[in-house]
Amino acid sequence: MSAVAHHDHHDDHHELHNPMEPTRKEQIRMNRMGLWMFCLSEAFLFFAILAARFYLWRDADGAAIRPYLEQGPALAFTVVLLLSSYFMNRAEVAIANDDKKTFSFGMLMTAGLGLVFLLGVIFVEWGLMLPEPHLPVNGGAFAAVFYAMTGMHAIHVVTGVILILIVWNNGRKGLYDSKEHWAVEACAIYWHYVDLVWVFFYPAIYLIGYAVKVPHHSAIISFFM
Amino acid sequence: MRYFFTSSLFIGALGQWLTGYFAYNALTRLRFNLGYDVTPAPWFFRLRNFFGEDITPPGFDEPAMVLATLFSLIGFLLCSGVLTDWLKMCAGQRPHLTHGAQGKPEWTRYINVDVNHKVIGIQYGMSSIFILLVGGLLAILFRLELAMPGLQFLDGDSYNTLFSAHGIIMIAAIFAGVGAMTNYLGPVMVGASDMAFPRLNAFSYWVSVPSALILIAGIFMGGWDTGWVGYPTHSTSTTMAGVQMFLLGFYLNGFSSIASGLNLVVTTIYMRAKGMTYFRMPIFVWAALAASILQMTVTQTVGVALTMVVAERAIGLDFFGAIADPTLVAAGVPTGDPILFQHLFWFYSHPAVYVWILPGLGIISELLPVFSRKPLFGYKWIALSSVGIALVGSIVWAHHMLTSSMEPMWKVPFMISTLFVAVPTGVKFFSWVATIWEGKMRFQTPMLFVLGAISVFLLGGLSGPILGTIATDMHLHDSYFVVGHFHATIFGGFVFPFFAAIYYWYPKMTGRMYNEALGKLHFWIMVPGFWVMSLMQMRVGMQGMRRRIADYGPDLGIAAEQALITVATLAIGWSILIMLYNLVSSARSAEKAPANPWGSRSPEFQSPSPLPEFNYDAPITVVGDPYDYGIEDATYVVVPGAAGD
Repeated sequence: MSAVAHHDHHDDHHELHNPMEPTRKEQIRMNRMGLWMFCLSEAFLFFAILAARFYLWRDADGAAIRPYLEQGPALAFTVVLLLSSYFMNRAEVAIANDDKKTFSFGMLMTAGLGLVFLLGVIFVEWGLMLPEPHLPVNGGAFAAVFYAMTGMHAIHVVTGVILILIVWNNGRKGLYDSKEHWAVEACAIYWHYVDLVWVFFYPAIYLIGYAVKVPHHSAIISFFM
Repeated sequence: MRYFFTSSLFIGALGQWLTGYFAYNALTRLRFNLGYDVTPAPWFFRLRNFFGEDITPPGFDEPAMVLATLFSLIGFLLCSGVLTDWLKMCAGQRPHLTHGAQGKPEWTRYINVDVNHKVIGIQYGMSSIFILLVGGLLAILFRLELAMPGLQFLDGDSYNTLFSAHGIIMIAAIFAGVGAMTNYLGPVMVGASDMAFPRLNAFSYWVSVPSALILIAGIFMGGWDTGWVGYPTHSTSTTMAGVQMFLLGFYLNGFSSIASGLNLVVTTIYMRAKGMTYFRMPIFVWAALAASILQMTVTQTVGVALTMVVAERAIGLDFFGAIADPTLVAAGVPTGDPILFQHLFWFYSHPAVYVWILPGLGIISELLPVFSRKPLFGYKWIALSSVGIALVGSIVWAHHMLTSSMEPMWKVPFMISTLFVAVPTGVKFFSWVATIWEGKMRFQTPMLFVLGAISVFLLGGLSGPILGTIATDMHLHDSYFVVGHFHATIFGGFVFPFFAAIYYWYPKMTGRMYNEALGKLHFWIMVPGFWVMSLMQMRVGMQGMRRRIADYGPDLGIAAEQALITVATLAIGWSILIMLYNLVSSARSAEKAPANPWGSRSPEFQSPSPLPEFNYDAPITVVGDPYDYGIEDATYVVVPGAAGD
């Protein structure tokens, strides 16, 4: 195998490609597999939390129960999150066709809708800022698993939004085009994955089992309040 | 010295300490001003003003400590520079991978962020030996206490801290050792230049350093008495302040495991040399692949379990039932359950022992044919038995809970699945015996350690089904028999093969030969020492010695055995110091080693020692089977430019 210079048209100061090192094309193929492996790994994280939900949220007879929570807002935020996946897909398709304008719009819409979902979870579902949250932190296993599920998912939404904004910004600088847009693809896979997790989490929290009301009586514990 | 003070290691550790220090103090001050109740702070979180007066906020606060510890990790990563390239990418640049020592002496690569898998492997190896020494020192301390009935120089809390820290620090050492073997050997054995993700590889190593520092710091910050398992409701209610450092150090080490497991899986899938099909890979790669798949997946569940304990302690979320509120119970709101922790914990921590031993068993299968000059018996069976152990090992976790209050209907199924692990493990044993059968054996140090590993692992393996069977486990659970069994499996499955690997690849890593006489001395002290230690541990266990107890009565009649265990432990400690002396002194002055001192067919031995930056000058080609020792004209790899081909 001869030492062929690998032409990376983004690369101003590329050197001779060492024949032992993977080419950019091979590297992207590995990146893609790495991301899927990461998704597999994360599946175990979310699976463990789901297992905790079905293990703990049971009544004396072992039937599934759930805390009594408002249905409307949760459904609305779920729709917002799923809608964001549509715009993510639009952005990915757009950059694959060198349509920078639709790409930028799609990325911003995705990040915006993700942010709406996030604020909804924090301020409406958790009820931060409300005089009394819907589920007080010391509300037994209901509160524990509820905050674990929504919180762990929210952390992934936050990282997703940050990644999307970084990639949007780099896209604005013209780093991606139809030939080379691995970062956009990675963002899309990750974002769809985070959405998919919510598709499992939403029914587990809000739909499965019969609802039990949590009595509001105890002092609210939180870090800064 | 100048190079040390500018190294990633030093600047990172300094950054970690400063970040933790200031974050802790800022957060405590904030929380103190908000009116929270607090208890006295440990010394190195004390804040002094310019005149040396103590201006620490009056009190010590656990939620602040949790956040400060997380900040301290970020401080380490930022200061050590392992994130620099990724931050540049976020800013839209395309940084190149840097290779070589950047104009500094070659040894500085080992204390700086470096993306080369061989450097990272050796970094892992050196960290592993260092952490092993720390953990071993802790063991020797409490073994001295246990040598005689009565409490001599430790009290209950310090004994508890020592054995708990011994457990988790040794586990950190083992993970570093596994990282050393898989990182150094994985890519070069499949004929690749490096891992699939070199920067992620560096990240895996550099995240394990601060988490090990957090674990060690936990000893000095109040200690903890939960054992390495950290079962609630004890871990959620203990007042020993170091428990959060233990939980977080354990948790953060998991990042390292997941990232390095993922990296090796992708490397094995995509970076194999031309002609190297899955069944033509060196057998160690199979073992490393199986271990990596486990590492990459199940580690997540222990992360969940540990996060839950952290949250229950720091915020008061009720996962494990330490806080049962009668008003809530009356309203039908479920409370937490400590058994949940045990399920999540052992779902990881049982397969974790296979992560430790699979690479070790791979080393045994790798070295036996070389030193017996015979083909490896049943290559495909060995390869698949590693995967089999990983799969079966993932569905046996509840055998750790046979005496707990989990659902009784699950106990027998878990007993049966546990006993099934003996099948793929037995495949390996039969293959090892058949491989050395009528072979031309050469008893050099690596081979001695391999044979020692087989003997010790047999002891551990045979004591396993006794503990996996419900009836006998009822009697032996939580006794020293378990301690004996566990140490035998881990010494046989990890420690002995790890030492064999160090001696075997030492000429490849350094280009020099270790001292054979000292190597043999190490072996002949360590093997009898270990047999005495392990057998006596099992014996005192059967006679009624419990685990995790600082003292025992003279009327148990086990004082002589206990003294013997302590002597054997000291012997093992000394033998490891001999190895260290051997490795250090040989690296400086020993004779140059030939490229292939063992007559190995493996690709890395067809390339010069120490290996070049990209392992081979040009891509290698695999044309035959890996273990055809003693067969005329059998070629495994064609390495361009190699002597003899």
